[in-house]
Amino acid sequence: MSVDTATVRRVARLARIKVTDDEAERMTNELNSILGFVEQLNEVDVAGVEPMTSVVSVKMRRRQDVVTDGEDAVAVTVNAPVSEDHFFLVPKVVE
Amino acid sequence: MTDLTALTLAEARDALKAKTFTAVELTDAYIAAMEKARVLNAYVAETPDKACDMAKASDARIAAGKAGALEGLPLGIKDLYATKGVHTQACSHILDGFKPTYESTVSANLWADGAVMLGKLNMDEFAMGSSNETSHYGAVINPWRRNGSDVNLVPGGSSGGSAAAVAARLCLGATATDTGGSIRQPAAFTGTTGIKPTYGRCSRWGLVAFASSLDQAGPIARDVRDAAILLKSMASVDLKDTTSVDMPVPDYEAAIGKSVKGLRIGIPKEYRLDGMPAEIDALWQKGIDILREAGAEIVNISLPHTKYALPAYYIVAPAEASSNLARYDGVRYGLRVPGSDIVDMYENTRAAGFGAEVKRRILIGTYVLSAGYYDAYYLRAQKVRTLIKRDFETVYAEGVDAILTPATPSAAFGIGEKADADPVEMYLNDVFTVTVNMAGLPGLAVPAGLSAEGLPLGLQLIGRPFDEETLFTLGAAIEKAVGTFSPAKWW
Repeated sequence: MSVDTATVRRVARLARIKVTDDEAERMTNELNSILGFVEQLNEVDVAGVEPMTSVVSVKMRRRQDVVTDGEDAVAVTVNAPVSEDHFFLVPKVVE
Repeated sequence: MTDLTALTLAEARDALKAKTFTAVELTDAYIAAMEKARVLNAYVAETPDKACDMAKASDARIAAGKAGALEGLPLGIKDLYATKGVHTQACSHILDGFKPTYESTVSANLWADGAVMLGKLNMDEFAMGSSNETSHYGAVINPWRRNGSDVNLVPGGSSGGSAAAVAARLCLGATATDTGGSIRQPAAFTGTTGIKPTYGRCSRWGLVAFASSLDQAGPIARDVRDAAILLKSMASVDLKDTTSVDMPVPDYEAAIGKSVKGLRIGIPKEYRLDGMPAEIDALWQKGIDILREAGAEIVNISLPHTKYALPAYYIVAPAEASSNLARYDGVRYGLRVPGSDIVDMYENTRAAGFGAEVKRRILIGTYVLSAGYYDAYYLRAQKVRTLIKRDFETVYAEGVDAILTPATPSAAFGIGEKADADPVEMYLNDVFTVTVNMAGLPGLAVPAGLSAEGLPLGLQLIGRPFDEETLFTLGAAIEKAVGTFSPAKWW
């Protein structure tokens, strides 16, 4: 399978990365090179093979459903590029 | 006084215990070495004040008889590890100014054992790269050079800063991480020893996530013993990482010097690639001969799905990365570039904040996970991954204790040499290491010789799950036969 520039633009939109026309063109070539490389996986007979979900077979650990963290708004927001009164500030989302 | 930075971590540990010198003296020697080696660009943030404070505290604990396993030993930390109040950006522009309010579990384990932090080490952006050239902070220069040449070489990646700093003696040892070969390939390029432990052995809590089912923390060190000492402190059971495995951490150092007699070492025929340089082949044969002479039994094995590991990796890793890196949105941390509305702000921020290789992988990952393609790419790759793991399980069930392969298909290459190459050509650097991540197994890279041009070359030992001890035993046997390697100082 290969992608065209329109597909790259659509995927970039999904990934929320703005691309210029030049970038979209360059990335189309690069993505096709990678997609061409992974094409060889189609040679493998995977009939009846379970997809891997965990490399090490472990039972998921459980813990008590209790609050173990929180109540620290300063630590949560201190690295925000824009914040006010322990809130993250973003451009207007709802009119 | 002799140059304190010439000592290995084990030697420095024993000398501190014997009170031959103090932790402050040792730390000062490293701070001076770091200042003189800035041309290598190994550190992206030096923390000399913190190091001095930690060293003073170590001296106090040594005097009080309360020394930990790594008391007073200065280490470098890969920029991927969250370090409280200190530069943590995975060498990306998008995390500009990020200083976490918490400490990663692995680095916290090191500090709890008394280690001293010298600073944060350069790396490929978000650990995506095999040459350390994708870092927002610029390429790291390998302290090794070809005989009679002053051409700057890459140290490998993504843990290129860690490998270069250890090789150039700018720290006693370093933390690193390995998603497809990011510990073992730079170790091989710099004549250092690195181990990627079994998935789940070290906590991933507080590591900037790349591909969560593949990422694993491990050390890069001067020699096999030092790597064993560091891994013992780094590994732990951590309730904050549900994939961290609840098994006791063995005394890895005790595995050094044990006999390899009777161990069965598998030599996989699929690792003999067409067009592989003759000196890589010769190095591999040298490793086989060393282990055979030491009493190990060499058996030829087959891992039939080996060639599919790299293509499957380039679906699984970008898919997981595209999901993990969705969090960088210009809202909670790091860079923000304004836009006309919130989506425009996201798009501008991510366009300016991510480098070309990271964007490429996010786009591939987004594509293979997008509607209509999930089964054809991601699901198929995860099935192939099951087959890759089954290959290893089969040979281990037949009594193979460990597998010996080359670590890399070549020695270190020049900075910028592959700049115009197809992205896939760079990916081929990890052809021998990536299978190990796909199967979640432990892998050790140990230097085994020099190329005709005078550059270090490494071998890789692959072990059974959670049998890092056998790898240390075998790695030490190879090291005993070939010695250790240091670059001639030019910086």
